[in-house]
Amino acid sequence: MAAVEVPQDEQAFLDYVQDGGQVEATDRIPDEYRAKLVKFIEMHANSELMGVLPEREWILRAPTLQRKLALTAKVQDEVGHAQLIYRVVEDLGKPREQCLADLVSGKSKFHNVFHYPTRSWGDVGVIAWLVDAAAIVSQKALLKCSYAPYARIMKKICWEESFHILHGRDVILAMVTGTPAQFELVQEALDRWWAPLMQFHGNPIRRDEDPMWRWRIKSQGNEEARQQFLEGYVPQIWELGLTVPDPKLRRRDDGVWEYTEPDWDELRSVVTGHGPMTDERLAFRSRFIEQERWVRDVVLAA
Amino acid sequence: MIWEVFRQERHGRPFEHAGSVVAPDADFAETWAREQYGRRGESAALWIVPRDAIRDVEDWADEFDLKYRRVDGYSIKARLKEARERRRLDGAVHE
Amino acid sequence: MNGVGSTEPYMSEVPASPAPYGMRVRLLALADDELVIGWRDSEWTGIAPVLEEDVAFSSIAQNEIGHARAVYELLADDADALAFDRPLEEYRCAPLVELRLLDWAHTIARRWLYEEADRIRIEALRRDADPAVAGLAAKIDREEAYHRMHAELWHERLREEPRFRDAVEELWPYALGVLPPAQRAALAERVGLAEVPAVERGGHTGELAELWEEMTSVRRSAPAGAQW
Repeated sequence: MAAVEVPQDEQAFLDYVQDGGQVEATDRIPDEYRAKLVKFIEMHANSELMGVLPEREWILRAPTLQRKLALTAKVQDEVGHAQLIYRVVEDLGKPREQCLADLVSGKSKFHNVFHYPTRSWGDVGVIAWLVDAAAIVSQKALLKCSYAPYARIMKKICWEESFHILHGRDVILAMVTGTPAQFELVQEALDRWWAPLMQFHGNPIRRDEDPMWRWRIKSQGNEEARQQFLEGYVPQIWELGLTVPDPKLRRRDDGVWEYTEPDWDELRSVVTGHGPMTDERLAFRSRFIEQERWVRDVVLAA
Repeated sequence: MIWEVFRQERHGRPFEHAGSVVAPDADFAETWAREQYGRRGESAALWIVPRDAIRDVEDWADEFDLKYRRVDGYSIKARLKEARERRRLDGAVHE
Repeated sequence: MNGVGSTEPYMSEVPASPAPYGMRVRLLALADDELVIGWRDSEWTGIAPVLEEDVAFSSIAQNEIGHARAVYELLADDADALAFDRPLEEYRCAPLVELRLLDWAHTIARRWLYEEADRIRIEALRRDADPAVAGLAAKIDREEAYHRMHAELWHERLREEPRFRDAVEELWPYALGVLPPAQRAALAERVGLAEVPAVERGGHTGELAELWEEMTSVRRSAPAGAQW
């Protein structure tokens, strides 16, 4: 049986991946595919790393030993995911130091949700339960990515995320069955996070106009992902007696969820570096990258 | 240096490639691989190997018909059917 | 069970263990040390110098919190109440662990010194007549073996680095204060430094007050006994 030959001609390559074909780090790939791949994967790595910062504060404030352990473990996973994903980018030719430099300079991006502030323990629950859920919907669709090294690490990532959602749900359940003030903390956090959550999967471009879909980097369109998220989680939200701050949100008879059109300008503005916490978080990250550069110089020199 | 990590999910199972860590030496690679690939009890064992020590093999010659030495080179249905038929006809004599 | 805002000393909360008072103080000191150093180590989540190290370091922080929890559970029915609901002056942690050291040289220097001190302390507890104490000390020791490997790894790499050597020298008096006077010579020998006057337990740095504020802020926002 012949070894799989990855076609060199760009159209043939496109047909190959659209037919379910995968490529490895050692295969020659079209320049446009490589460029789109690096940008997409790098944004994912950046997001895992930046996502740590809002949650980190609450590790320090966790109200029980169990919650402190669980939240530390969850955030540890996210740092681990960043490591896995940056390794993929490095093997595509971009050094980690360059990735980090581009992140703090604003040249490369990270997901909208990590540009927003956290205000209470309610946010901890909402982030672990719903933001992670939104991310998992996207991540499951990456399991079939045409770029095999990335598809493979997604398997480990999805496995680790499964406890995050349970942990998030547990935190939420403890509060919604606790004092009225605790219930309010959750509702208030949900009210603030709903808009970013609805923007998270991106504006609904048609699948065949989305280069991520065409190159089979993603196996799912943006709207498809959002619908999956709503279908999975709105019923869970409602069954706890929580409300969603969108009067138009409803499920049609044909199973499609209707909702108020998200503010796509806000999404674009935030993701291009104008979120409420963007500057502060990038500065914080940059501070430690610089401060501990000497460690990498001493330790990573083999 | 890049170190490839192979993990064995349970004793007796094969070691499978799990990922890689960047580390200056085997001791750092071990400490970091232990955490990245074992902190949830997901691995019974790890092999940690410098990437340079791995030789990548991806091509084979496939010019001639080699089916004689593979399972898909054999189709015994027709002949088996004929042999059974023959026995059935002869069977009146042997039984 | 005493809750938030109680002014009674911790001893009245310690009904479960039949251990003598001296042992309870030792164990509480151990638990408080592990809680606070675990809390300090968890400050590095997401900002360690190398991503691979970030992941590894986080496990160490989690283990320490886990050790604290196990020891609190020996001392009281409600580990969380013992961990979080005491007033500041009732914590028995050593000044070494209280220090806010958000630079890597100091953090690793502390890790290394603390593990060496802790090894001596745990070794003594493993020989304790109380099987619950000895058993728990043995479990802690088995996990700490990995912490010691990690600390030694970094110590080897950084021993010639002036930042690290300066940090060790600076923290050395604090490290001595982790152990009772009788055990300090052993520590000095292990670490290869001359004994100096120690920064003793008993007083608390202003840094503990700040840490305690942040550590208990969410918990204090709800009535005692609220579930989280």
